[in-house]
Amino acid sequence: MSPRTPRTGARFRAGAVPYVFLTPAMALFVAFFAVPIGYTLYLGTRGTKISGLGLGKGSRREVSVGFDNYKATLTDHEFWAGWLRVLGYGVVVLTVMLGLAVLFALLLDSAHARLKRLSRIAIFLPYAVPGVVASLLWGFLYLPSLSPIHTVLHWFGIQADLFDPDVVMFSMANIAVWGGTGFNMLVLYTHLRSISPEYYEAARLDGASEFQIATRIKLPMLVPSLILTTVFSIIATSQVFTEPMTLRPISNTISSTWSPLMTVFTQAFKNLDLYSAAATSIVIAAISLVLSFGFLRVVRKRAFSEES
Amino acid sequence: MRRRIGLTPTVLLLLGAVYSLLPVAWVLVAATKSRAELFSSNAFQPGTGLWDNLVELSNHRDGIFWRWTLNTALYAGVGALLSTMVSALSGYTLAKFSFRGRNLIFNLLIGGILVPAVVLAIPQYLLLAKIGLANTYWSVLLPGILHPYSIYLARVYAGAAIPDSMLEAARIDGAGEFRLLNRIAMPMMVPGLVTIFLFQFVAIWNNFLLPFIMLADDTKFPLTVGLYTWLATGANQPALYTLVITGALLSIIPLIALFLTMQRYWRTDLTSGAVKG
Repeated sequence: MSPRTPRTGARFRAGAVPYVFLTPAMALFVAFFAVPIGYTLYLGTRGTKISGLGLGKGSRREVSVGFDNYKATLTDHEFWAGWLRVLGYGVVVLTVMLGLAVLFALLLDSAHARLKRLSRIAIFLPYAVPGVVASLLWGFLYLPSLSPIHTVLHWFGIQADLFDPDVVMFSMANIAVWGGTGFNMLVLYTHLRSISPEYYEAARLDGASEFQIATRIKLPMLVPSLILTTVFSIIATSQVFTEPMTLRPISNTISSTWSPLMTVFTQAFKNLDLYSAAATSIVIAAISLVLSFGFLRVVRKRAFSEES
Repeated sequence: MRRRIGLTPTVLLLLGAVYSLLPVAWVLVAATKSRAELFSSNAFQPGTGLWDNLVELSNHRDGIFWRWTLNTALYAGVGALLSTMVSALSGYTLAKFSFRGRNLIFNLLIGGILVPAVVLAIPQYLLLAKIGLANTYWSVLLPGILHPYSIYLARVYAGAAIPDSMLEAARIDGAGEFRLLNRIAMPMMVPGLVTIFLFQFVAIWNNFLLPFIMLADDTKFPLTVGLYTWLATGANQPALYTLVITGALLSIIPLIALFLTMQRYWRTDLTSGAVKG
């Protein structure tokens, strides 16, 4: 009866149907991904030319400027200083946040810890707090006139300015760590739960302690998930914007070009120079892709050399 | 030996819990303080001004705070619903159909994960401005609908949750593709779609960059942008601090409630095909 015998696992062929079903997604992709990316690339090569005294209509024209905008971005010291700040910030955030996420995931999965449900919910809770509100809450907690942190520091005889130019990077990293640890912990914990307990039982019979099981068996098995969370975290931290932007009003140590993304915002909406903003955002995208792919290459190389 | 080991992990986990709850506990207490108490009393000593703070918040600029709350609920609710629908349809199609260009389309859609939001937000604003949609509700809703990671999750979930044999049986019985989609595929995907909806809801509720760039008119602001503007204009007048603190507390209550009541749906992998309690 049927011209084709259905095979299990084989996907069904149905002419135009899949294309019809994918039309909404593809239309959105073209409108909100492909066209904007193309437009940014185009804008990055444009600029305004002022003829005569620059007065009157028609004296400002949009012209092609080749790679001038890119050159200007790449030779801008403040832009690279911003990257340096974000690099320092990113190293602190990535190590502390992912370190804590691994630690908490392993603890949640360990046989001996108590109050696990409560701790899991509490540590994941900051995920439900918007970045703006998290920065706002911590920002208030950093203010000497309000903060219990300063009271505690006083007990130890420390008088610290948490908005000091040298310290503000750590104050900001703390906000990202606070907001991001729970989600990463959940990703890693979910992975741990999917590992068959048989692995551990064999080790236990051989007399391995829980600590040894965690560090020698579970940790190596977590590596793929850890690589994934690291890549996502690199992309997110290289685009840090909300935290410094929100802390700016209550601190005078954060400039309008503190992070590369803030530079784009300042160029586009304060200086009204969309062409430079477009070029700068392409450069930022390129750098964050190089960082995440570079990381992947390094880990893959190391993983292979360990295998051979 | 075992008891000694049990103590350290428990204490470490509790320290993590205290650190995570600290700012939330602080804002809960701070919102109860009057302006004078905020700067004078101990940080964790409840004050007497909660009701006054709520009244002041509701009266400030004709209750614009509640307007922002409604806006946020609209952006997050409608946005997450549309996004989940598109992800479900795309994920199901990519998992269960074989057609030319399937891998290309999948890679294109997933590649979007790697494109930093900054590269998109400004040109999206410029393009929407050209067709007169900047500074409208659409400008915040539309760019967020296509969400690469949700499509990926929906594809994985559809692959695991819908048996091919069931689709084949229905096709042999003469069911059309739309009927199959509505009666078999979507109902089987519901648990996974709830998870996708929740993650999208939180992502839109918490978004700052997109509405910050798109909107100029403060009656269309979501809470994040609204609270930011209060902080930015009121930084020099600590009088606005109580307003910002009370607003911050109220803005996180809905999400925390959603989060505590939907515990079992907060999962980060959908491969097992079913949501366990």
